[in-house]
Amino acid sequence: MQAQAAKRTTIRESAGDRIFMAVVYTILAIVLIAVLYPLIYILSSSISSPAAVTSGRVFLWPVDISFKGFETLFKTPAILTGYGNSIFYTAFGTLISVALTVMIAYPLSRKTFFGRNAIMMIITFTMIFSGGLIPTYMVVKSLHLIDTRWALLIPNAIWVWQVIIARTFFQASIPEELAEAAEIDGCSDLRFMRSVVIPLSKPILAVLVLMYAVGQWNAYFDALIYLKSANLFPLQLVLRSIIIQNNSSGMMDAMKMVERQQLSELLKYSLIVVATLPVLVIYPFVQRYFVQGMLVGSVKG
Amino acid sequence: MNSEAAWEGSVQTQPERKTKKRSLAADARRSFKKHWQLYLVVLPPLLFFLIFKYYPMANAVLAFKDYNVIKGIWGSPWVGMRNFKLFFDNPIFWDLIRNTIFLSGYLLLAGFPIPILLALMLNEIRSGRFKRVVQLVTFAPYFISTVVMVSIIMLFLAPRLGFANIALNHLGFDSINFLGEPGMFRSIYVWSDIWQTAGYSAVIYLAALAGIDPTLYEAAKVDGASRFQKIRHVDLPGILPTIVVILILNVGNVMAIGFEKVYLLQNPLNQSTSEIIATYVYSIGLLNANYSFATAVGLFNSVINLVLLLLVNGLAKRLTSTSIW
Repeated sequence: MQAQAAKRTTIRESAGDRIFMAVVYTILAIVLIAVLYPLIYILSSSISSPAAVTSGRVFLWPVDISFKGFETLFKTPAILTGYGNSIFYTAFGTLISVALTVMIAYPLSRKTFFGRNAIMMIITFTMIFSGGLIPTYMVVKSLHLIDTRWALLIPNAIWVWQVIIARTFFQASIPEELAEAAEIDGCSDLRFMRSVVIPLSKPILAVLVLMYAVGQWNAYFDALIYLKSANLFPLQLVLRSIIIQNNSSGMMDAMKMVERQQLSELLKYSLIVVATLPVLVIYPFVQRYFVQGMLVGSVKG
Repeated sequence: MNSEAAWEGSVQTQPERKTKKRSLAADARRSFKKHWQLYLVVLPPLLFFLIFKYYPMANAVLAFKDYNVIKGIWGSPWVGMRNFKLFFDNPIFWDLIRNTIFLSGYLLLAGFPIPILLALMLNEIRSGRFKRVVQLVTFAPYFISTVVMVSIIMLFLAPRLGFANIALNHLGFDSINFLGEPGMFRSIYVWSDIWQTAGYSAVIYLAALAGIDPTLYEAAKVDGASRFQKIRHVDLPGILPTIVVILILNVGNVMAIGFEKVYLLQNPLNQSTSEIIATYVYSIGLLNANYSFATAVGLFNSVINLVLLLLVNGLAKRLTSTSIW
């Protein structure tokens, strides 16, 4: 029945509409290819042989499949340290950020919390005005956080946008009556947060965790300005030094010049894959959380 | 803020409020007593904002001082507007303004309509599979970090082994050093940005499109509207409020264009178009340790940005009765 109905409507479409749809499909197909192609190209290059990459023989699929790039990467101390650091920053940074965000978003969602509007204004103002790079740097410096791991965990721990998203969610999904009922039963605010709010807020916690984690994994700016010791560098800074500043010495010692050059080209592709894969692999499964987060926030915005 | 107004109303109908005249002090006292635990909970995040967001704003007085490491921020001598004057008189001033505005203006002109078009096109497609695939794929580059994005750009546009030049050579053209051409910097920045974020930005419009009243489409169908007319007269007016809000945010941020990607794409050859206010503040302030001057430049930028945001918001309020406040 349904199929028949659908068929009838397509037949009824005018010639103009059919041309219009053909154009739409063509454009979207081009968009799809334009976005997908560079990603496939990089993945293919990363598993091709060094010689094939440097001679420009890779166009779509891998040529002379080899894992030499990845092998070299996992033998390079700077990259392993960077990877370890990034995992550390992502894990602890996310933990701190999510905790602080919930700690401010939940009280601000309570209607009987005096001062909520004032606090909300105080924090949203920071979205549109800031003291600037240098004054912020001076604060971090005066707290002796420069060149410590804390510099990447604390100074940007809370994103106002995330507070707005979380607060909107709490307001919409934890009814005030529930909190009042719990209060009458002698349940304290803290206990209510722990045993009612948190368990009921898993979807929004997922959004917060994912957004903060991706943000932390991808960040390089704070590391660039606050860190000096190479052993604290996150992966993104290591990447910058190897790919953008073309600084791959120390990764391959006893090798012929040509071989070294070829390998250093290949390594760039492998590095991109290694740094991006963790995020892109989980992405299809968590995309809906990101969309959700965006939309929850925009309702309010 | 409507929900808040509604809430104020509902509270006032509560019995205890009815009997007593509303007094702020009493409200505060009751709230502190009732929610003392929540006030403790909110303290650490609030301290975070005070220390890392508001304290720097106070530190911005540095812009009006001649910073001296030994005397510290507060002990350093006042110099009035000298740092600003130095900046305005500096020949680089107009270059920075021009580069900043041109780059973000270009980004706005090209980058703002494309997600809308993408969403309108995706919305036309009823077959679930193709639509899902396009959405999934175009959203994905959003998760690529700035460093990786710039790495990809550099690999593709590399003078010798880059994909773009290999393709050019195949077609019989000479190689181009894309990143060394000042004239190409803005296009590289803008189009790579669109590649990365168009799919992400389209999501918000898709959601707005999904919220359009279905009866409007039926009415359009009855009136014999073509698909294009339907987009023109139902879809576009339906998402106009969303478009306006996003436009306000974008225009308001014209001066706040990100440091991160520009800095990574910058090299001595393209500096004449790639040096923007944010990168200048970084190199003057942190690399040359000229704190007071860099703070003044940064403050100038922040203030312009704030004024711009308020202006655009006010304008939108008067013209379309849509605003972010």
